[in-house]
Amino acid sequence: MRAMFAALVSGLLFGLGLTISQMIDPSKVIGFLDIVGDWDPSLALVMATAIPVTALGYAVAKHRRLPVCAAEFSLPTRTQIDWPLIGGAVLFGVGWGLVGYCPGPAVAALGLGNPGTVLFVGSMLVGMGTYSGLNSLFSRQAKHA
Amino acid sequence: MEHFTPVSAAIGGTLIGLSAALLWLTNGRIAGISGIVGSLWSPRTGDVAWRIAFIIGLIASPVLYAAAGGTIPKITIPASSVIVITAGLLVGFGTRLGGGCTSGHGVCGMARLSPRSLTATALFMTTGVATSFILRHLIGA
Repeated sequence: MRAMFAALVSGLLFGLGLTISQMIDPSKVIGFLDIVGDWDPSLALVMATAIPVTALGYAVAKHRRLPVCAAEFSLPTRTQIDWPLIGGAVLFGVGWGLVGYCPGPAVAALGLGNPGTVLFVGSMLVGMGTYSGLNSLFSRQAKHA
Repeated sequence: MEHFTPVSAAIGGTLIGLSAALLWLTNGRIAGISGIVGSLWSPRTGDVAWRIAFIIGLIASPVLYAAAGGTIPKITIPASSVIVITAGLLVGFGTRLGGGCTSGHGVCGMARLSPRSLTATALFMTTGVATSFILRHLIGA
């Protein structure tokens, strides 16, 4: 229960950060990605402040064996720079550059009543589901092989 | 750089950092939105509730902020429906294949100095800028 409450508060903080920084507006993000237009470096500053605060949290966690309300620290297990990482990041960047939405801002903006947001998130969920479907299909085949 | 909003960007970035730090210290989880959402397609027992709670908070936050009198930026999506659908499919598939997005790789992974995340962030920044340039300056959409 405490873990769920903490996750809820974390989601609220994340959404508030995206709202105040205006990152929930795709045209604000395009203002950053469009470097030859009237460039808006706001997104870079959002990341440049978020990263050290996050790093501070990770540094504090180094002094703990376990998280406050979970059984383990779930660190990403993959360390190799492989083709899925490269291909996935390239595809994601293309989609991001088309509209200016990445997953966080798009989901956060769902309650603000823009039909384009719903269309984007619906398509994004289909894309994610396609990945999950292919992934389980290929891992089943790999087991049989 | 007349649209640059340094104060709100720094406040917003700090809040995002606090969110990521909180989720790690309490749940031991990376605050990567594509992973939090996308893993719901292959749910594991005991691993669903915290994701739903986070997503509820994420969606409720701007609504509550507006209700409390805060100013919500106007959402402007500078693209046609076909482009929005294409972008959504690419972002959904790409972030799951690449294991992260702007939050998971760009913020959390960079904070851990993960070589995978540094690579992914450099790549999606580059292709994002290139795509935006081609669409808005070469094709002129």
